[in-house]
Amino acid sequence: MGLESKLINDGFFTTTVDALAAWARESSVWPMPMGISCCAIEMMASGDPKYDISRFGSEVMRFTPRQCDLMIVAGTVTYKMAHVVKKIFDQMPEPKWVIAMGACTSTGGMYRSYNVVQGIDQFLPVDIYAAGCPPRPENLLNALMQIQEKIGKTRVKDFPDLQIVRYDTKQAELSLSKN
Amino acid sequence: MKELLKEKLEKQFTTVQFEVIEQFDELTLKFDKSAIVNVCAFLKDEDGLKFNLCEDVTAIDWATRKNRFTIVYHIFSMENKFRLCLKVDVDESECSVESVSSIWKAANWAEREAYDMYGITFLNHPDLRRMYMPEDFEYHPLRKEFPLMGIPGTLPLPKK
Repeated sequence: MGLESKLINDGFFTTTVDALAAWARESSVWPMPMGISCCAIEMMASGDPKYDISRFGSEVMRFTPRQCDLMIVAGTVTYKMAHVVKKIFDQMPEPKWVIAMGACTSTGGMYRSYNVVQGIDQFLPVDIYAAGCPPRPENLLNALMQIQEKIGKTRVKDFPDLQIVRYDTKQAELSLSKN
Repeated sequence: MKELLKEKLEKQFTTVQFEVIEQFDELTLKFDKSAIVNVCAFLKDEDGLKFNLCEDVTAIDWATRKNRFTIVYHIFSMENKFRLCLKVDVDESECSVESVSSIWKAANWAEREAYDMYGITFLNHPDLRRMYMPEDFEYHPLRKEFPLMGIPGTLPLPKK
């Protein structure tokens, strides 16, 4: 971004809180690796030094949904598994995004069968579909970059449902002393 | 080995009719389903046979035949390095067979899978629940009348 050079010359720069927040969000997307089948292997490969997902600030794969912004659904989702995926997605804090990685998650892929969900967009709000069976790591990184582009364009007004919880220390101390 | 097997079985089970089929370099015995537990126990414990590994229990749906299902057991003798296939016919009207999970523990899950996919009841099975499909699912997917894409609305998805 060339921030440093700007800071050396002027010592300050101007922006809006909205833009700064969006920039911070897009530069540290923490993925929830929902690795269900073979796509998960390519997802792991995108974390290794050759492809290195940490170049995009997303190396912190969290195995708890509470700390994630992005769910990478990597693998065939069966009807039985769909409930688990949805349960995990519901536990992720807002705002959150979804990548449908690979043919199976996007459309059911080669599993045109009674037991596989024919596209996870039937129960999840998918932002980016990554094509391939499985997609190569470059393809997943491309999907991540598109997600970053999408997040970078968001403003506070895009999240009207977000609740800001203020922790009132004085009130907390009062209630503690009463008890 | 084949001759020994036939000789021992005919000596032990005088009332059971064994149909011997040889195909794909493998020996298959077909007999009535009422004898399945006795025959399996004999094959496992008899000296010189010792079929101690149950590799698979599955079924075939013939759709229009009189005896609709054939249950297939693949068993293996580690001692003799010999593989044997057992087949028993089951009709749809009396869709049950005695479980062999008391003889081979490995048959437990295999029989559950066969029950899940074909709806064949294994009598005296310790834990006959569905293996793959949800427990409240009413159909048996590998039966021939079950449509490939399933029956709409029978497998609920979470709400968006």
